[in-house]
Formats: sequence, C-alpha cells, structure tokens
Amino acid sequence: MSMPFEEHDYIGLSEVPAMENSEKNNGLPLGDNEKKNTAKVLNLKATELRLGLPGSESPERETGHGGEDKNGYQLGVLKGFVSGAKRGFSDTINGGSGKWVYSGSGGSEVNLANGGGLFSPRGANGAAKSIGAGGVDSASQQTFVGSGVGKETVPQSPKPVQEKKPQVSAANGHAAAPAAKAQVVGWPPIRSFRKNSMAINPPKTDEDADAKLGTGCLYVKVSMDGAPYLRKVDIKIYSSYKDLSSALEKMFSCFTIGQCGSHGVHIRDGMSESRLMDLLHGSEYVLTYEDKDGDWMLVGDVPWEMFMDSCKRLRIMKSSDAIGLAPRAMEKCKNRN
Amino acid sequence: MDPNIKKTKNSADSANYPEAIQSPSQFPDEVLEKVLSMLHSHKDRSSVSLVCKDWYNAERWSRTKIFIGNCYSVSPEIVARRFPRIKSVTLKGKPRFSDFNLVPQNWGANIHDWLVMFAKVYPLLEELRLKRMTVSDESLEFLAMSFPGFKALSLLSCDGFSTDGLKSIATHCKKLTELDIQENGIDDVSGSWLSAFPDNFTSLEILNFASLNSEVSFDALERLVSRCKSLKVLKVNKGIGLDQLQRLLVRAPQLMELGTGSFQQELMFRHCMELENAFRNCKNLQILAGLWDASYVYLHVLYPACSSLTFLNLSYATLRSDEFTKLIAHCPNLRCLWVLDTVEDKGLEAVGSCCPLLEEIRVFPAHPFDQDINHGVTESGFLAVSHGCRKLHYVLYFCQQMTNAAVATIVQNCPDFTHFRLCIMNPGQPDYLTDEPMDEAFGAVVKTCTKLQRLAVSGLLTDLTFEYIGKYAKNLETLSVAFAGRSDWGMQCVLGGCPKLRKLEIRDCPFGNAALLSGLKKYESMRSLWMSACNVTMNGCRLLAKEMPRLNVEVMKDEEDDSHVDKVYVYRSVAGPRRDAPPFVLTL
Repeated sequence: MSMPFEEHDYIGLSEVPAMENSEKNNGLPLGDNEKKNTAKVLNLKATELRLGLPGSESPERETGHGGEDKNGYQLGVLKGFVSGAKRGFSDTINGGSGKWVYSGSGGSEVNLANGGGLFSPRGANGAAKSIGAGGVDSASQQTFVGSGVGKETVPQSPKPVQEKKPQVSAANGHAAAPAAKAQVVGWPPIRSFRKNSMAINPPKTDEDADAKLGTGCLYVKVSMDGAPYLRKVDIKIYSSYKDLSSALEKMFSCFTIGQCGSHGVHIRDGMSESRLMDLLHGSEYVLTYEDKDGDWMLVGDVPWEMFMDSCKRLRIMKSSDAIGLAPRAMEKCKNRN
Repeated sequence: MDPNIKKTKNSADSANYPEAIQSPSQFPDEVLEKVLSMLHSHKDRSSVSLVCKDWYNAERWSRTKIFIGNCYSVSPEIVARRFPRIKSVTLKGKPRFSDFNLVPQNWGANIHDWLVMFAKVYPLLEELRLKRMTVSDESLEFLAMSFPGFKALSLLSCDGFSTDGLKSIATHCKKLTELDIQENGIDDVSGSWLSAFPDNFTSLEILNFASLNSEVSFDALERLVSRCKSLKVLKVNKGIGLDQLQRLLVRAPQLMELGTGSFQQELMFRHCMELENAFRNCKNLQILAGLWDASYVYLHVLYPACSSLTFLNLSYATLRSDEFTKLIAHCPNLRCLWVLDTVEDKGLEAVGSCCPLLEEIRVFPAHPFDQDINHGVTESGFLAVSHGCRKLHYVLYFCQQMTNAAVATIVQNCPDFTHFRLCIMNPGQPDYLTDEPMDEAFGAVVKTCTKLQRLAVSGLLTDLTFEYIGKYAKNLETLSVAFAGRSDWGMQCVLGGCPKLRKLEIRDCPFGNAALLSGLKKYESMRSLWMSACNVTMNGCRLLAKEMPRLNVEVMKDEEDDSHVDKVYVYRSVAGPRRDAPPFVLTL
C-alpha cells in the first residue's frame, strides 16, 4: 500500500491537506492503518482530480480496500490526467498483468503455463502449427482484433499476414495447419451474424472483468454534496443496505467521518434500515437515490432487491436538503404498514 | 413392369374404375397420383420417379413441394418443364463456407431468374424458403406482386436485400402466414417495414425478425400480434424490452415459440411479477430463444414456462455457470439446448444432471478469438453431458482443448450420434494431454456411431483419421475438414469409402490433384465438393472437367500464383455450366 502512496509523492503532490488529517483523528471509526492510508490516498486523489477530471474510476471502488492492484492504482493516478479515461483503456493497460488479455498470441504466460497446448512448437506439425493458433478472423468485425495481437506477437504479426497461402509443403514434410497465426479467415467457423452480435455486445465477462464478481453489473453514480468528484459503484456486488453503506462510507469517509463521528453514530457497527433512519434524523448527511421514474427517494425503504432494480443513481445529501424527502419517507412507511 | 402383373392389377381395378380399362399400363393415373401425393420425402419421390415412365409422370404431377439443394444443379426451365403444380420451393445457393467469408461477394445464386419463371408457371406459389441465396429488394417486390396467394417466406443466411424489400412483402402479401428472416447479411435501413402490414391483415402465424437490428414500432407490433389470433411463433429483436414483451405475451398466450428481445431492462418489482404471470399463462410454449444480454436478475420470470420447454436457445445470452445452473434446473424436458460457452464445464455438468431427455446440444464460443484457455468449455463439459444425456445424437461443440480418451468415452455413452461436429478452435491442435493427433477420437466416432450422417473434424489429424472415416462411416453424408491430413491419401480414403457421401467441404489441407482426381467417379453421386487453400492446380481441375462433362468445375484462382487454385467448387448439374458466373469464377 505504501508504494503507490510514494508514487503519489513522486508525481509531486505531497501536500496533505491539514483538515483531512485532523478529521481523521477525530473519532475516527476506521481503526486500521489501511483505512488511514486509504483516506490519505483518497485525499491525494481528491487533490489531483481537481487538476484533472472528476468522475474517473478509482481502482479501489469495487474492493473497498484501496489499491490492491498496484498497476490499477497507478492507472488511477494517470486517469486524473487523461481526459475521458474509460474502462476499456484501463483494461488494455491492466493487460500487462496478464490476467485477461485479449492477446491472440502464444506469448502470454497464461498459455505457456497451460502446457502451451495452443501454441506449442511441439507436435508433429512443427512450425506450421505454431502459427495456426490465433484464429483472429481478418474479416471479422470483432472490436478487439487490433488488441487481439498481444504485445509479444506484434513483431511476428506482419509475417503471418503475408503468409496467407497454406504452407502445405513445409520442409519437414508435415503439412497441416498452414496460414497465419492471427489471420485465419473464416476460422473458427462462426456465422457473421453471431460474430457481429458478440462484438457489439461483448459478453459480461468482459465488462466486469475488473470485478470478476457478481452476476453482471450495474454501475451507478454516487455523488456527495460538497465532494469535488463523483464515484461509481456496482450495486450488484452488495447484498444488503449494510454492505452498500459501508462501502460508500469508506469511499467518502474523508467527507463524512466528522459528521457521523461527532454524533456518535458508528456507521461501521452495521447499518440496518432502522439505522439509516437514525442517520436521517441524527446526521448531517442522508443517502438518497434516484429511481426509475426520476424521483429522489430515501435509501432504505424498500427491500434490497427492489432497490437494486430501481436505483439509477445515488446521492449523499445534506440532511437539510433532504427535508423535502422526509415526509415522503414517512408516507411510504405508512403505506407499508 | 411385368405386363402380366399389370393386367392383373388392371382387372382388379376395372371393377372399381371402369373408365381405366383403356390404359394397358397399371394404375389409372389418378389413383397413382393420389397415392403418391401422400409421399412427402423428396428422397422417396426421387426413387418413385425412377421406377418407370408412368410413375415418373404420376410423381411429377403430384409433387407440390420441391427441394433443390444446389440451385445450379438444375435450371428454372427444367424445373418448370418437369413439375407443373408446385406450391412450395426450397432453394439453397452458395457453398456453405460462404457463411465464413470464404466465398467472395457477387458469386451468384441470385433468386431473380427463378422468380420470373415461377411467376409464369406457378402463379399459385405459396412458399419460398431460401438459404444462402442473393435476393434483391426488386426481387422481393416482384415476389410480393406476382403471387396473390403467397403465404410463407423464409430467408436464412441470404444477402442482397434491405428492410425495404420486407416492406413490399408486408404491404402486398395479403395471405402471408410466415415471415422468417434469419441471419442475413442485409441492409437494415429501418424498422418501418413492420408497420406496413395492413390493419385488416390477420393471417400471420410465424414472425421471426430476431436478427434485424433496427427498431420497429412497438405500437404496430402490438396491434399486429393482437389481431393475428393464429400466431404461433414470435421472435422479436433486441429493440423490444421486457415491459413490451409482457404486453405482447398477454396478447398472445397461445404462442408455441417465443424469441424474446433484450432481457436486461430495469424493471419494477410489480412489472416483474406481471411478466412472470404472462409466462405462466403461455401454456403452449415449447421453444424459447432470444434472451439477449440476459440479466440473471430477471431469469426467474421464465421459470413457470420452463417445465414444458423442449428447445431452449441461450446462444445469445451470456450466462455464467451459476446463473445458468439455476435456470436449467427448471427445464427437465429439454430435447434441444443451444448455449454459449460462458456457462463453462460446470454449466454443462448441470445439463447432464437436469436434462435426461436431451437429444441435441450446441455450445458456441463467446470469445472465438481469445486464446485464454481459461475461458469456455473443455472435454469435461462434453463428457458430463454425454454421461447424463444418453439420448444425445446431435452435437456442435466449440472448445479450446480435447482428448482422444474423452471422445472415446463420449461416444460409448452416446453411440447414436447422427451429427458430430467438433471444433477445437486452435487449428491443428493435438490431444492436450498426450500430445498425440486426434485421429483416435474421430476413429472412435466413426466406429461406434454407425448412424453418423454428418461429421466435422478438427485438431491435429493425420491421414489415419481419413482411413477410419472411409472405412467405417457407412452412412456419412456430409464431411467438413479443415487444417487436417498429411497427404493425398487421406482424401483418397474418404472418396474411396463413404458410400453415401453427398457433401465434402475441405479447407487448408494438403490434398492435391491426385486426391481430387481419385473421386472422378464419385462426384456425380454427390451434391458438391469444395476445396480451398489446398494443393490443387489448374491442370488437375482441367483434367477433372474434361473427364467428367456432367460436372461443373468452377475455379477461383490464386491471386499470385496462376497455376495454383485457391478455391475449387465441383458439383453435378443437368443444366450445364452456369451463365451468370462472375469474372473471378472460371468454369472449366
């Protein structure tokens, strides 16, 4: 955890606002160092993002513990400066870790580790076979064809492109897999319609490859009154209001800690629906959401599943602003009872 | 026929049909025609027509449905001359490898000349089913205007038209019962074609526009579904959301086949319940497809309908194994399942446990070009299905790895395979455990599965595979080969064996002229042969064309090497060389 922190320093944003420090010391519900670092890190991020753009994603958003993936975190820093950084970009960068690279090559460690069955130069077909692998259809409209040729194979790819003819009379007498590594037309044999469908709507495994969790994802924006930037959370990875609010609290702790702490409500002790109601009455901030109809509702009224289905965005509102919501909340309670 | 037998039959008949005595031959034509009109299989009809001239005539007069597997094997004139009373036509055009971009554009197989002839000779034409043909908007308009009783149009894997052509059909075909548009390479201009069905149009029974991308007017669709009370099959496209689906189901609870639209929309709890109820009320639902971008959250709405499902097509739904497992547990009566390999081996294990009646399974790759072997399915998924589903006879399986031992066990579990299409996605890949060729796998398939009709091979294969195929695959009709074999001997074995072979398609194999010419006598008993990126030369093709004048030998030359042949397509024909061949196709 300390390493990314140092890299922050390297970038030159060493100043930690004094206010945040003092807030941390006041009734800080977060006990461990990790949380402290998270807070510090967040602070720095906050500072950076003033220079850059709000709304870019933090690598710790889904795990709640900040910066496990060092590469990712580093990217988080970069993102502050990269306009319109999208997840796709981060995917490409993170590809360096080799987890889910769309590499069409045999170079990646994953493949070699698996006995290189895909690209092994062993086997009777010798050299010819080793280039029969990639199967990236040059006629395909797959959007990742370009990135499909992984780093390791870039130098090789020009050769295969020219070698479209089958190398059937290879010197070693073995003649089978001809054609280029990543340039085999019409292979695997899948109809264009299916290829194009998968290209336009890549399977979920791609979209939440970051999280590698859950059953699909539903990212909603989370804003907090007074915070300089928004966050995004995948609410599908939480199973209850308690989970969600813990996560949000961690995310925005630098802004909420003082308020919650000062009123003696320990959010970390667990958030039930009733607790949220306590917060409504007792704290400076309330958690609200915009539902499908465009109305702003208080979080915690409806069963969790229903909330997940109808929540479009979240807003941590100042209690004073939420007064308009309170009657509604009371009404809903009445209706439910 | 023996004249004595004829007379005997005649005397028996004359008691009942006195007017038939004048014919010295056998049955009166009317009787024979009546009997033959009950024959539907075109293979049977073909056999019948070969018995004698009278039977040939009776057959041709009684035939109302015609199936032409290769549109160039015969001409519109010949068909029109022989069959005077056709109401339904099925035509297939381009070689199958055109689906995978191996056939250049403008190759041919244009429907228009056929339509012109049909308009002249079959004004009562009702059905047209086309596969891999080129169809223009003009042709569709011509069709719509020329046949007042036209009922059923099915276009699969065709190209050359746009949604404007569909508009003509919707506008003019007053008695349309079927409009089935699948996986065509077309110009999707707009969804306004659907609104062109007139307000008094009520005859639709089958509507499939799942593979069209442009949005249709939901209002028009809802009204159409409401007034077509006989609608049995409805497959909508991605533009239709869940709340709209619910409204459609409420209007058409009699549906037997449903293709949903997008399954991802956010729904209020109340609407979820309504949708679930709508499915509950579809008591006749047997086939379910679509489920684009299926979000697991909403799959439960399907559960009430699942127990009666016989065919579930999840091949566009990217479900993970845990999500899929929960769904499949509700489908014990499945006969046919299409899935994406995102369900992984675990999902397939669930299939093995939950679907004992399964007969067909197709597993498509979600990431066909991704070399990460940690995705998708392996041999163990296939094994699990074969273990639990002993009635399995059709498989299409895309995987990253396979072993000879697994395949041998699979066919022992399921010896009744009629269609075995295995695609190990990395060309020329050996058994990943033993590193040996996959010869023994396919050897086991052909030795054990005596009913095998269709086989597609893959992986590292030597000539031994083809020795096995030639020797054991007595019922094989269709064989697809890619990146396989060692020498001409492989192909020679197949052509020398396989007595029922009809279609042979080969790409990227080391088969040359000797192999090509070894099949001289055989090609006339086959529908077609396709060879691309093999070792065949112009001389070999010329020799074949010269020796076998009743075969059309069409060559697409190599761009760089003048003598080398890039693609050769050989097929039998009674129509002679085709007159519409584009410049890049050379008929020898």
